[in-house]
Amino acid sequence: MESKDYIKDISDIKEMMTRSSRFISLSGLSGILAGVYALIGAGVAYWLVINSGREYLILNGRVFQLVMLDLILVAVLSILTAIFLTNRKAKKNGEKVWDSSSRRLVFNFLIPLVAGGLYILIILNQQKYGQSGALMLIFYGLALVNASKYSIGDIRYLGYIEIGLGLICAIYPGYGFWLWVVGFGIMHIIYGTMMYFKYERK
Amino acid sequence: MGLINNINKAFDHRIRLGIMSILMVNEYADFKMLKELLDVTDGNLASHAKALEKEEYIKVEKSFIDRKPNTKYSATPLGRAAFKKHIEALEKLIGK
Repeated sequence: MESKDYIKDISDIKEMMTRSSRFISLSGLSGILAGVYALIGAGVAYWLVINSGREYLILNGRVFQLVMLDLILVAVLSILTAIFLTNRKAKKNGEKVWDSSSRRLVFNFLIPLVAGGLYILIILNQQKYGQSGALMLIFYGLALVNASKYSIGDIRYLGYIEIGLGLICAIYPGYGFWLWVVGFGIMHIIYGTMMYFKYERK
Repeated sequence: MGLINNINKAFDHRIRLGIMSILMVNEYADFKMLKELLDVTDGNLASHAKALEKEEYIKVEKSFIDRKPNTKYSATPLGRAAFKKHIEALEKLIGK
């Protein structure tokens, strides 16, 4: 046997280990777009609150409902974009979109996210809304860190940053809006751009 | 010549190598997952899995999920150790 075969064996082993345990086709471009949606959404929310005649939000008001609708739209648009672009990238990589590695990724991402989302809804119902911005950032960060075990490792760092921003937000809830803009808008754009140049532009 | 002896004949095939690689980094894998990842036919996968099972390198658990047969594969400690040795031997051979 020639050593060429051994080299191929080793690279086959590495490829199978990565492919079977990590989903690598997450699209960086979808991160950039999610950040852009978040910035537009934040702009709309800012405009809504400024034009409501008050400087702050009151729960159960019409403005609050519009802001919530705005948030949901941003989330739904981001998810749809991510699914569409990831699908396209996976096809190009010859990777199946819905295989055991992506299922595990989504499942592990959703555990902290759904738990956090429900928790935020519960405390909003109890009129405790001062910390909801911080909690969104923290739980989103935890979801990213948890999911990073099943994808390319860089997501972990985005997760750490979101958790850090969430904790800062908990100390200074007054800056919640701006920390939210940084965490969901700017960080997504920076992260997506880095991913795009590192893995996609080849 | 001692190096060649560490090359394990049981792993000297693309599919068996693939099965072991997957089971090294996953707690377990079912038949469908292995089949999708390795892109092989049922019969082919079954016979190579059987060969590894015979060496006691992998463990096979058969069960039923919703009345459908489900076969779960996992690497045994013996299999893990043997595969590690095999990789080390490969790396040494390349390094020469």
